[in-house]
Amino acid sequence: MLSYLLQRLFGACLVIFGVVSIVFLLIHLVPGDPVEIMLGESASGADRTALRTALGLDQPLATQYLDYLSGLLQLDLGTSIHQRQPVTDLLLERLPATGLLALATLCVTVLLALPLGIVAAIRRNTAWDSVAMGISLLGISIPNFWLGPLLILVFSLWLGWFPVSGQGGPAAVVLPALTLGTGLIAVLSRMVRSSMLEVLHEDYLRTARAKGMGPARVILHHALRNALLPVITLLGLQLGALLAGAVITETVFSWPGIGLLMIESIQSRDYPVVQSCVLLISLTYVIVNLLTDLAYAWIDPRIRLGAHA
Amino acid sequence: MRLRLPLLILLVWALTALCADLLPLSPNHIRLEHILDPPGRAAVLGYDDLGRDIGARLAVGARTSFLVSLWVVGLSLLVGTLFGTATAYRGGWWDRVAVQLVDIFLAFPGILLAIALAGLLGPGIDNVVIALTTVGWVGYARLARAQVLSLKHREHVQAAEALGSSRWRIMHRHLLPLMAAPLIVEATFGIAAVVVAEAGLSFLGLGVQPPAASWGAMIRDGTRYLLVAPHMVLAPGMAMLAVVLAVNLLGDRLRDRLDIRLVNDTGLRE
Repeated sequence: MLSYLLQRLFGACLVIFGVVSIVFLLIHLVPGDPVEIMLGESASGADRTALRTALGLDQPLATQYLDYLSGLLQLDLGTSIHQRQPVTDLLLERLPATGLLALATLCVTVLLALPLGIVAAIRRNTAWDSVAMGISLLGISIPNFWLGPLLILVFSLWLGWFPVSGQGGPAAVVLPALTLGTGLIAVLSRMVRSSMLEVLHEDYLRTARAKGMGPARVILHHALRNALLPVITLLGLQLGALLAGAVITETVFSWPGIGLLMIESIQSRDYPVVQSCVLLISLTYVIVNLLTDLAYAWIDPRIRLGAHA
Repeated sequence: MRLRLPLLILLVWALTALCADLLPLSPNHIRLEHILDPPGRAAVLGYDDLGRDIGARLAVGARTSFLVSLWVVGLSLLVGTLFGTATAYRGGWWDRVAVQLVDIFLAFPGILLAIALAGLLGPGIDNVVIALTTVGWVGYARLARAQVLSLKHREHVQAAEALGSSRWRIMHRHLLPLMAAPLIVEATFGIAAVVVAEAGLSFLGLGVQPPAASWGAMIRDGTRYLLVAPHMVLAPGMAMLAVVLAVNLLGDRLRDRLDIRLVNDTGLRE
């Protein structure tokens, strides 16, 4: 177990280092002079020189890279060009909104995907199954920048149940969470279905039924608990992808999170902020994946105890 | 079997894309008297916020999404397969470095890197292709590597090696033909992903620029007029959903058909 842990940690460090390097290089890969693009045609020569010095772009690439790395270690991500604030402050300001959205999405996903998958598995090859899997196929195929406006149209404009956008009260999170979660609901309910189907044939379920246990208890207590393992892994692995999807969903709903910050910064050509948003989301993804892997090894007694033996 | 409808949808998509220039359409013709008009006799899908025919713009948008997905999937498939096959077949350090590189690219979730790249490169259809290919090739590289690792110790490959065939010849004649099926399945699903990704970038304002049409940009324009003109959002969304669903159904069927191993593995399923 320990060597597995160390191996995974080392691998994750390499990946994190690579991600940081690519994010650093992003601004240099762009053809043309970044300073010119950021300031536009009309900027004076003095302004350009000032910005170039402020961003350290007049230094050799290696020096810039080392500065960037040492800044990162001190959680210093530079200064926003437009807001004239440290980028770290901007990110911290937006972080709670994205966190709330992610949490709400996870809740919505689990609440919808579990029943959908369980029903599809128990009532396999019936109309229930087809309907649940049809919903799932639709969920995978529907892009969230279209689903979002549709939900706004139906639930906000026609029915008036939820606010159109922004962060007014707890009801405001429902539609964004549903929009962001749809893809995950689709994938997860398929996973629940197939792993339930695998478990349903096991001997211990027959034993549980044979000793007179009610069907609901057999399903929830014996089948679901064993079927959940791959589901939890998938959930962890998809959480990061969720954050990437949040960029679009937050734009649809004007939800003031990291994703919207990234799009705003792209539009205002505020490159340090764009870099930092990409870095934050990607690193969260890497770390969540790592934790999922470790949690998987720890939860599954076959792996945990097998390693001791 | 049930593939007729998906194939028909894809055929219509491809034909519209290829013939959009030849058809007597005027996607950029502004008719102020028709601004936001709902579907009617003059225009089957209605008019947008500038009084342009949505049906015509839909056709031009079909061409955008078709060309972008063809380019991106084609380039990604080429780059990814070559990279994955070559490094995995050489093995050793080549393979180790390649795996590390692929892992780093895969560490960027979903479309995030493409959004950042498209944003930094600036809008335009060629930049969309570059951004999506940069993100897209990795999946094919990983798949190709896995295939090569399982194939390279097969007897026919060893026989070719013993006969002194060159590396290129072995890859080209003895590995690639056996790897084609899973790669084709992956590429099919890739088309759906790229259609959505291109529309997503255009939705964010990072894709094609006006007056050129893209389904994503049409949806973005439509969201401002949701209450008065929902048809502006509905038409491009429906078109995109139809294409994506059709591609996914086709991919599912291809996977069941071509990938025998997969069928056996999930024999439980059906």
